[in-house]
Amino acid sequence: MIGLTVLFAGLIILPHFLAYHHQDLLIFTTINVLAVCSYRLVTLTGEWSLIHAVMMGVGAFTAALLFLEFDMAMWFTVPLAGLVTAAIAFVLCFPLLRMTQFYFLIASFAAGETIRLTWVEFVGIFGGTGGLVGVEPPIVGEIDFLDPIPYFYLTLAVVTVCLFLLYRIEKSRVGLTMHAIHWKAPLAESVGVNAWRYRALALVTGSFFVGIAGAMKVHYLGSVTPNQFGIGFMVFILIWVIVGGYTSFAGPVIGVIVLTIFDESIRSFEEVRPAIYGAVLILSILFLPAGLEGLPARLRVWFGIGNKHADPKLTEH
Amino acid sequence: MELIVQSLINGLVQGGFYSLFAVGLVLIFGVMGVVNFAHGELVMVGAFTVWLVHAQFGVDYLPAIALGVVIVTSIGIFMEKALFKPTRSDPLAGLICSIGVLFILQVVATLVGGDGPSKQVPPPFHGTLIFLDVIRVPTQRLFGLGISVAALVALWLFLTRSKFGWALRAVALDREAAALQGINTDKVSLIAISIGAALAGLAGTLIAPLTNINPHMGHNVIITAFIVTIVGGVGSLTGAVLASVLYAVFHTFVTVYFGGTVATICGLVLMVVVLIVRPTGIMGVRVSE
Repeated sequence: MIGLTVLFAGLIILPHFLAYHHQDLLIFTTINVLAVCSYRLVTLTGEWSLIHAVMMGVGAFTAALLFLEFDMAMWFTVPLAGLVTAAIAFVLCFPLLRMTQFYFLIASFAAGETIRLTWVEFVGIFGGTGGLVGVEPPIVGEIDFLDPIPYFYLTLAVVTVCLFLLYRIEKSRVGLTMHAIHWKAPLAESVGVNAWRYRALALVTGSFFVGIAGAMKVHYLGSVTPNQFGIGFMVFILIWVIVGGYTSFAGPVIGVIVLTIFDESIRSFEEVRPAIYGAVLILSILFLPAGLEGLPARLRVWFGIGNKHADPKLTEH
Repeated sequence: MELIVQSLINGLVQGGFYSLFAVGLVLIFGVMGVVNFAHGELVMVGAFTVWLVHAQFGVDYLPAIALGVVIVTSIGIFMEKALFKPTRSDPLAGLICSIGVLFILQVVATLVGGDGPSKQVPPPFHGTLIFLDVIRVPTQRLFGLGISVAALVALWLFLTRSKFGWALRAVALDREAAALQGINTDKVSLIAISIGAALAGLAGTLIAPLTNINPHMGHNVIITAFIVTIVGGVGSLTGAVLASVLYAVFHTFVTVYFGGTVATICGLVLMVVVLIVRPTGIMGVRVSE
């Protein structure tokens, strides 16, 4: 609890010490934290989907359309974007959740690409490859949310509330049941758990929160294009989750933050950045299968610090 | 009528190329249980080799094809030895590693070719064969189709007639049982990925003169490969070939009448429908529990 308080105090004063473009980065990183944490909820039942990035795009496009076509303020577009994304996810549950494992992975990829190509194809509604522009954050009295600092506080507040909800869901009876479906689906079903319902719930709830993340992003960035939410961004979500570690709630968050700082430090190597990312991904899979969250235990093993019982693998049983 | 026949022919030729990389993907997935996301990039590397060696340095087309196949096969062998073998117990890890390879290969291609517009390779074979006064097939496409068919027939003979081919199919059916019979599964995996990568490289070198070459061309390749693999039935090589040809013809027709994006959307929807209605694909076998 004290740790969290210190963290928030730090986050609240942090933007005042940053340059303008780092403030932007801070906002997008905060939004990405919500994207990976909501993805974690989807993966709780053991299925890795490839549609999450597109779902974030659904949120962004919904918010943009509501703003541009219906003149809705951000206070309405963001929650509505979450609801629309959740509704689309619910419809997709019917075809997608008939499958598991590899088939689910590929089918979710196909469904996502279909949605994304629809944005490209229907230029009249979604603006084609150029996407939609001119989405603005609101102005409330003296506060213009186009400024990075107020917008960061707003984002921080929204993301914190969402993370709290996600955390409560994971620790609730529902979340534990999702865990159970991951590890022993037949057993869970044999004691009367409707696996389909829980997998659908994970997908819909995860999509709701990532829809909110997408809406938060489009209101700050001002524009949205289909390519922003392609397989490239999906891969980044996967990298953040995997490098961070996906066995605990904090893992993906650590992944986003560490890799964003790392990414910023290699900014001067613009052209080779994807390759460095690729290499980091491969190395972390080969040498850090538990992700960064497993690093302390790993270091202890590598350097022989402490007794052998410090290795969680040995103490588990 | 002419347009229909012409599209049909173009579709068939395209189907030959699709078959080459789809079969490789199926082989790797069947034997090793890894979805190779970098498969499209293997095709891209093959095409880039031809661009670099043939169009830039002036080496003949045929040696350039051979070189492309060798380079791509080496990449495949490296992936197996360094990435897939150590992560064999976790199929997801293999998939993630292949995504890492995808990024690296794209960057290498960008560094080699520059970040400019798409590259083009002038077709080494000129001329057009005209059948029945209306059907025109450029020699270049005919050459590509001939090589594709030859490679697929060779693969079929290898899988059905040779000892290694039998071993390979055994491992694809049941890895553990095959290992118990004394089959060296690691060696078989190495052969499978070598063949898969070589076919992808061959596909890349063959389409190089017929397409725009850029570091991101693998994206469409992998989407096509997924569609074809699913529609054909995961694990079925004949299904993959059949689906490749059917899908290529279908895609060519929809592209002619409605445009490329609509064609890809239709393909993706078709794939999801196949997954729902007939998850085993057109040639897949239902496995009873």
